[in-house]
Amino acid sequence: MKRLLLTGNGAAAWGARLAKAEYIPAFPITPQTEIIENLAAWIDSSEMPGRLVTLESEHSMMTAAGGAAAAGVRVFSATSSQGLLYAMEMLYTVAGWRVPFVLVNVSRALSAPITLEPDHNDVFAARDSGFIQIHCSTCQEVVDAVLLAYRLAEHPDIRLPVMVNLDGFYLSFTREPVTLPDQQGAAEFVGGFDPLGMAFRAGAPLSQAVAVLGGSQYSYFRYQQHLASLQALDVYDDLEREFFGRFGRSHPAVEAYRTDEAEMVFLMTGSFATKAGNAVDALRESGIRAGLVRPRLLRPFPVRRLRQVLRGVRGIAVIDQNLSVGKGGILYTELASALYGQENAPVLLSFIGGLGGRDISGEEFIGIARVTIDAIRSGSVPEPRLLYTADELRHIRKLQAIASVQQENHCRNHE
Amino acid sequence: MSESGMQYRGMEDFPSTRLFGSGTPMCAGCGGLLVIHQLYDLLGSDTVFINAAGCMTLLSVYPYTPFRGSWLYTAMASAPAGAQGVRDALDILLESDRLRREENLEVVVLTGDGAAYGMGLSATSGALDRGLDFIYLCYDNEGYGNTGQQYSPATPHGAATSTSRGNGGFRGNKKDLFSLWAAHNPPYAATVSASEPLDLARKVEKLRSLRGPRMLLAFSPCPTGWGFEPAQSVMIGNLAVQTGIWPLKEFIGGKVEHTVLPEKRLPVEEYLKRQGRFAHLFASSAGRDIIAELQGAVDRYWEGVR
Repeated sequence: MKRLLLTGNGAAAWGARLAKAEYIPAFPITPQTEIIENLAAWIDSSEMPGRLVTLESEHSMMTAAGGAAAAGVRVFSATSSQGLLYAMEMLYTVAGWRVPFVLVNVSRALSAPITLEPDHNDVFAARDSGFIQIHCSTCQEVVDAVLLAYRLAEHPDIRLPVMVNLDGFYLSFTREPVTLPDQQGAAEFVGGFDPLGMAFRAGAPLSQAVAVLGGSQYSYFRYQQHLASLQALDVYDDLEREFFGRFGRSHPAVEAYRTDEAEMVFLMTGSFATKAGNAVDALRESGIRAGLVRPRLLRPFPVRRLRQVLRGVRGIAVIDQNLSVGKGGILYTELASALYGQENAPVLLSFIGGLGGRDISGEEFIGIARVTIDAIRSGSVPEPRLLYTADELRHIRKLQAIASVQQENHCRNHE
Repeated sequence: MSESGMQYRGMEDFPSTRLFGSGTPMCAGCGGLLVIHQLYDLLGSDTVFINAAGCMTLLSVYPYTPFRGSWLYTAMASAPAGAQGVRDALDILLESDRLRREENLEVVVLTGDGAAYGMGLSATSGALDRGLDFIYLCYDNEGYGNTGQQYSPATPHGAATSTSRGNGGFRGNKKDLFSLWAAHNPPYAATVSASEPLDLARKVEKLRSLRGPRMLLAFSPCPTGWGFEPAQSVMIGNLAVQTGIWPLKEFIGGKVEHTVLPEKRLPVEEYLKRQGRFAHLFASSAGRDIIAELQGAVDRYWEGVR
């Protein structure tokens, strides 16, 4: 093991290298590009065996990833945002092929308006694709999650592609101390790639991804996929324990931070959860029994674990760094369905924030906790809130003023 | 392997075994299926067919397949990218001694014109850029056949389709996919017609002696989409060649060579009048003008062939 300062992108690339990925179909997109640049450099200098091929789009990249996995090699790929959406048809398709490989998504908000900084609408758009999803909040988690992801994907009871998510900028470009597993330990943990008969070779013809006629056959294969994904809940717990035994780091499917005796908890995913953790510390110091619950596994959704962890909590502030337009926070909806009908279920509050990389400040976390405590005490749950400050509104009004002045000038020039 | 293109002197040189299974759900008289039958007997079963969405996707419907070799259905736009992944994986396995030489496969993309001329063009161009070692078979039935023959970028000028039923038929012009391939300077590209099996076999023999991106663009008469009796499929193919509407040619060594020169070209009417999709052209003077236009385009093409 060695300790390095690594960006989230660097950690993702190390994960692929340590897992001995041998085929990397690639396509550049900000903020993911550094991952494939690192891998290309290692392959070019023979530090890492493997083959990296730049396709002409993410849609093709995902097709090549699925094709190579179907032919029996260990595949790694990475993308972000628009790229993930451009590949969307193939996400569903390759998950249906039941090919095991790992895709890192570096979250970035979706167009329009086009922007570079993160939120989670990209990865949640792929929520129902059949990919298993692991969401990270530190650079350390990224490298560890990639290793865990290969074990999950290639497990004989699962055989589904796995997506490892990290936030653009806040993780992708931020250097953090990361303890790298040594190559031998990582290789032993991940193991060799076993195609389990999924291969193309002369003398052993195989038809893969064929059409079906009729809903009965279609349903069968879709149910198989769903049941395989659900198996990943128990398998993940086993793998996570094995990982802890070998490397000494624990990454449970649902992280619970200071939830003992917690009256309220923040519930969220991604790098901003570390800020929520700081807020929890401050709140505890001031005598408020706050905690943080962070699901790492988003698909399959760890319902039983969440119920366990949230037992006794009286109020939950779900902070969604995404927006289902016309509905609200996606995580909020997911959690509500997991807790509905539970005895002594806590009150659920919904907050939308951090869209397009907008910060969620420490003060805001404290404010969210206060609102949640009030709701617990009063029994009256406020409407979902869209986080936005008066300062921000003043600033946008200034920009609008500039925009409309320019528009007036433009009109005048045409008169 | 014999000297390139020399093995097939007559029909007696053809393989006697029929490798491709019968009983597929394709329409009676399907011109695309004729080409696949001929090609598959020549290529053999040490192949993996990577399919783009189209009529031929219905060849392999769970749990049946007419292929003795392997198959992977991808999507409409990205079959060449699927071929890239499979080819690269096979190479990785060969290099690491996890696949024996004799277990290696020829990777074949099977696509219709709808994908080849439009949605799949970017993925195809990418595979050409990367020099991917694969065979690309496009069965060109000049429209989105599987959805009921709407016009595609491969539809000829004037043809009536289910989205160009108005006067004059399809207003656009057929895209020149052969030249698009040639512009990428691949090792091999050729047009073929199932009505000329000897020409087709010689071309398959030649492309098998080469590596890299190799295309066969196959004229594929479509009885249901074009409006003719299934039994006339081969005749329509013959007429397309004899009128000069479908030139048989190949791009090899950076040059285009015509492999069949129609000695005395028949008027295009002989081809057009046998198909329902062109019937409207014979019913008005404006239609007659379109026929003259089509004849003019064919004449100009062949004037350029010396």
